[in-house]
Amino acid sequence: MKYLCLIYDDESAGARMTKEQGEAMMADYFAFTDGIKKSGHYVAGEALKPTNTASTVRVRQGKVSTTDGPFAETKEQLGGYYLIEAKDLNDAIQVASRIPSAKSGSIEVRPIEVFG
Amino acid sequence: MASDAAGPGDAGNPLNNDADERAREQIGAIYRSDSRRVLATLIRLLGDFDRAEEAMHDAFTAALDSWPASGVPDNPRAWLVSTGRFKAIDRLRRGARFDAALAGLAEQIEASVPPAGSVEEDGLEDDRLRLIFTCCHPALSADARIALTLREVCGLETEEIARAFLTSAPTLAQRIVRAKGKIRDARIPYQVPSRTELPERLDTVLHVVYLVFNEGYSASGGDSLTRPDVSAEAIRLGRLLIDLLPEPEAIGLLALMLLHDSRRAARTSPEGEIVLLDAQDRSLWNRQQIDEGVELVERALSLRRLGPYTLQAAIAAVHAEARDSAGTDWTQIAGLYDVLMRVDPSPVVELNRAAAIAMRDGPEAGLTLIDAIFARGDLADYHFAYSARADLCRRLGRTAEAIAAYERAATLTNQAPERRFLERRLAELRALHS
Repeated sequence: MKYLCLIYDDESAGARMTKEQGEAMMADYFAFTDGIKKSGHYVAGEALKPTNTASTVRVRQGKVSTTDGPFAETKEQLGGYYLIEAKDLNDAIQVASRIPSAKSGSIEVRPIEVFG
Repeated sequence: MASDAAGPGDAGNPLNNDADERAREQIGAIYRSDSRRVLATLIRLLGDFDRAEEAMHDAFTAALDSWPASGVPDNPRAWLVSTGRFKAIDRLRRGARFDAALAGLAEQIEASVPPAGSVEEDGLEDDRLRLIFTCCHPALSADARIALTLREVCGLETEEIARAFLTSAPTLAQRIVRAKGKIRDARIPYQVPSRTELPERLDTVLHVVYLVFNEGYSASGGDSLTRPDVSAEAIRLGRLLIDLLPEPEAIGLLALMLLHDSRRAARTSPEGEIVLLDAQDRSLWNRQQIDEGVELVERALSLRRLGPYTLQAAIAAVHAEARDSAGTDWTQIAGLYDVLMRVDPSPVVELNRAAAIAMRDGPEAGLTLIDAIFARGDLADYHFAYSARADLCRRLGRTAEAIAAYERAATLTNQAPERRFLERRLAELRALHS
């Protein structure tokens, strides 16, 4: 079964990191990604640019409206994701708990809907 | 049982009716003692809660049809599991006319497990643990865990659970449906956690049992202080858990529940009013529960991994062994709270520790500690914190302060006997003050 692990963290804390802290974080992520590739869990994963690059699009009464930024102000922002293949939710939780940002932010684990 | 009775055609025969009646009674007894075990195994075999419940009811219906004539089989549980499984496969096949996917599912279930191996005793006990851990999975909401555990593990009816938790039956039923939906859709596995996951997962299970007990022991709202049936159910769950998984904290929790429950008869007056620990008639305490609780505490303590339930049980055991409040070993109790503060610190533990220190060193010392908690902004909405402060002020003769704190406590409690107790204290103090 596929699960999407959505990584939420305080992006301003990321911006305040020293060069060394930033590099250590990247190294943790590389090691984690390698690990889940070896274990067969990895399907896909990307980091996102910060929310100040985000646009929100809606269509109301046929009219497109585009606004700046994410929908709601929250303490933690979506910063990236992994799509994983896991045996069940316990397996997915084990993987999610090893995502480096789980230590500072939070990971939302959602099963992927299969149609048909 | 003799199987010489003839078929259903002889139902008019009074001898046959006797056999019928006996078989029905036996089936009823087996339902009460074993239906949860049968269900737990069927959930594993069929991979779905609803399908398993339906299969279990089909199996018991089949037993009612055939046992009066054929006699109760040697291993009724095994018979019920394999009958339920066949009935489920049957239903799926019949459903396959409308939904082709069900045929594949029926085949898969039929092929997956040799029925003989599926009903060995060991397997059955594992299934009950699987059921407990699944119902108490941390990915389910706390409310859902309690509802699902009482429904599936304890076999309570939705209406009973709703009454116990002062919610409506439809709300509760919906909570259970949603939880089962999440188990299915997010694929929460039907398994006992691995050794590495066990401590965290067991905590969640113990917490569910503890919340159920507390709801029965100190109801969060409503007209009466306690709801004994709910506590009895929690104690039953606690016993089941240590049979299946004798971990120190599971033993500690059972001890804690028994020791608290032993005071039940003394906690309320015949008029339903609260009687505090220091004023309780200790001859009303249940000695049998105390003896069992103390023995369990000793067993848990000997395992040398001190957790919060074991420590609280040890505190309750010290109370249980004291003749009266003055004869209580408050030094030992304060010491146990010190350890509890290290193992599982919280403002509530700190409050209880302050109350024990007040008994050991006098009200002044306790009051200083309670005021330090308030000064930090903790427990600002916790009625017990205000009634504890009020009690110490009362003992120090600081009547105006005691009145203010009792008044605050009374506005914060949702429980009628609790409020009446506080108002009685207030009336006494106001008489003194005027």
